[in-house]
Amino acid sequence: MSFTPGSELGKSNLEVFAETLLALARENKNVLAVTSDSRGSGKLTPYAAAVPEQLIEVGIAEQNLVGVAAGLASAGKIVYAVSPASFLTARAFEQIKNDVCYSDRPVKLIGISAGVSYGALGSTHHAIHDIAVLRAINNITIIVPADNLETTEAIKAAAQMSHPVYIRFGKRPMPHLHPSGTVFEVGKSLQICDGKDIAFIATGETVHPALKAAEEMEQSGYSCRLVSMHTIKPLDTEAVIRAAGECHAVVTVEEHRTAGGLGEACAAILAEANMQIPFKIAGIPDEYTVTGNQLEIFAHYSLTGPGLARTAVTLLEGITKG
Amino acid sequence: MIDRELYLKSIQYRIKLLKYIKMAGAGHTGGSLSCVDILNVLYNRILNVTPETFNDPGRDRYIQSKGHSVEALYVVLADHGFFPEEELETFYGYRSIYTGHPTRKVKGIEQNTGGLGHGLAFSVGVALAGRLDHAAYRVFTLLGDGELAEGSNWESLMAAAHYQLDNLCVIVDRNTLQLTGKTEDMCGLEPLAQKLEAFGGELRLVDGHNITALTEMLCKLPFTTGKPSVVIARTIKGKGISFMENNPKWHHGVPNDRQYEQAQQELEARLAEIKS
Ligand SMILES: [Mg+2]
Repeated sequence: MSFTPGSELGKSNLEVFAETLLALARENKNVLAVTSDSRGSGKLTPYAAAVPEQLIEVGIAEQNLVGVAAGLASAGKIVYAVSPASFLTARAFEQIKNDVCYSDRPVKLIGISAGVSYGALGSTHHAIHDIAVLRAINNITIIVPADNLETTEAIKAAAQMSHPVYIRFGKRPMPHLHPSGTVFEVGKSLQICDGKDIAFIATGETVHPALKAAEEMEQSGYSCRLVSMHTIKPLDTEAVIRAAGECHAVVTVEEHRTAGGLGEACAAILAEANMQIPFKIAGIPDEYTVTGNQLEIFAHYSLTGPGLARTAVTLLEGITKG
Repeated sequence: MIDRELYLKSIQYRIKLLKYIKMAGAGHTGGSLSCVDILNVLYNRILNVTPETFNDPGRDRYIQSKGHSVEALYVVLADHGFFPEEELETFYGYRSIYTGHPTRKVKGIEQNTGGLGHGLAFSVGVALAGRLDHAAYRVFTLLGDGELAEGSNWESLMAAAHYQLDNLCVIVDRNTLQLTGKTEDMCGLEPLAQKLEAFGGELRLVDGHNITALTEMLCKLPFTTGKPSVVIARTIKGKGISFMENNPKWHHGVPNDRQYEQAQQELEARLAEIKS
């Protein structure tokens, strides 16, 4: 049976996270979820019912959430601190920086409803700064899984990690992008399709729109590479350099501000490798973010199949004219 | 160790911490002098931790939230053999592990601190883990009074009370001063005792320079079952050096040669007094 990426809708990464965490918690009583009134938002209600002694609630207090998680981790607990990505990484930023990363406490920071998942709730609830701020912190792995497989594997991998990790995802059902059995390795990107005209390097919930763009472009005779860059830090440098070396142009795609995220990380690698290539960072620009649900916001900023295809074709046409 | 020996240590610790501050040309002098007697009692009488048992999951933990008073912690840890005291000659130096705030690079230090309002949340986490594991260890944390303006402390205290963490002891070094001046002139803390009680702590007040009183109090933990123990230790910033006492200028003041000599003389005189 052949597998077509994107053809079958899975669950939300959020649900898959919650199921995976429950399975881990059942296997090992040292696994803990720490929540800040976020068990419902984190789909952890079944978890709370199944392993109530392995859920610690701290109330709406993200600073305390992260500090407490660091303390628990110091005493040998396998701690998943679960909170909306926006509050987790902004309100508790100093706790992440000092108590977790600087102090090297292997807390698993789980940013739920990341990016613009909260849509019309507005910018207070959006996390499109998180990758940028955490990239600037020493001693943290940043993972933005795209589909259910990447999410499951990332959550499982986190349990084994002896240093801090941040994993962020949204709450909309995601199509399957990889065949089951795909080997997921932190820090090693997954190529979904190959081509030589354009390389899309995308992350998280924008990998699927990038896949749609690639499919649309194939119809017009372009050949496209798509890389799911699930780990932003450490970045798969080799895959970025390979994409730039083997394709005519590169478009990075992320549910994040264009400043400080995946795109700028890739741009820095290419600049330092002295690789000049037509390059575009697709993301959310530095402006008052438009109001709308997640998909409307994606459409507004051309983070859809047609939008990204337009961006890529414009970039390629620039080469021909140039 | 009898009280007299601890009183001697209190002066010796002061002599040493001033020595290393003078040598480094930097440090948080006033706050180290206000909390060093508390550390003296904790490490010499209360804490079940040694260099040999420092990695033992059952050890008592001490987390210094007021990380800037690191000199006091360094000299007490050195006295307990966690590392050779001479290493403190590199304090504040290029590539030294003895930075101006505690880090886990130094044996005996549980957690990196320095940003204020962080130690209590971490301590709550350690105490919660102890509860989950039915472990007998206790967790002690020392907070500055100035840092109580950080709201995170109050989040953590609420959680400590909610989870009935009577394996946690929070000590406030109430020297009434912070960097700029009096705590009551910055963002008043009083009535502090009532606030700490209202947040669920079982509160005690003590003279933070009285070795006997501190010992008696900290031997009776928990103060009550099912509540975190909270101590307001009334202290004097700059304690032991006449011209530093109660003067916010010494928050991170470094004595010049003349001042250093005078400080040494005052401490030596006090030492002789205790010995006689
Ligand atoms: Mg003070």
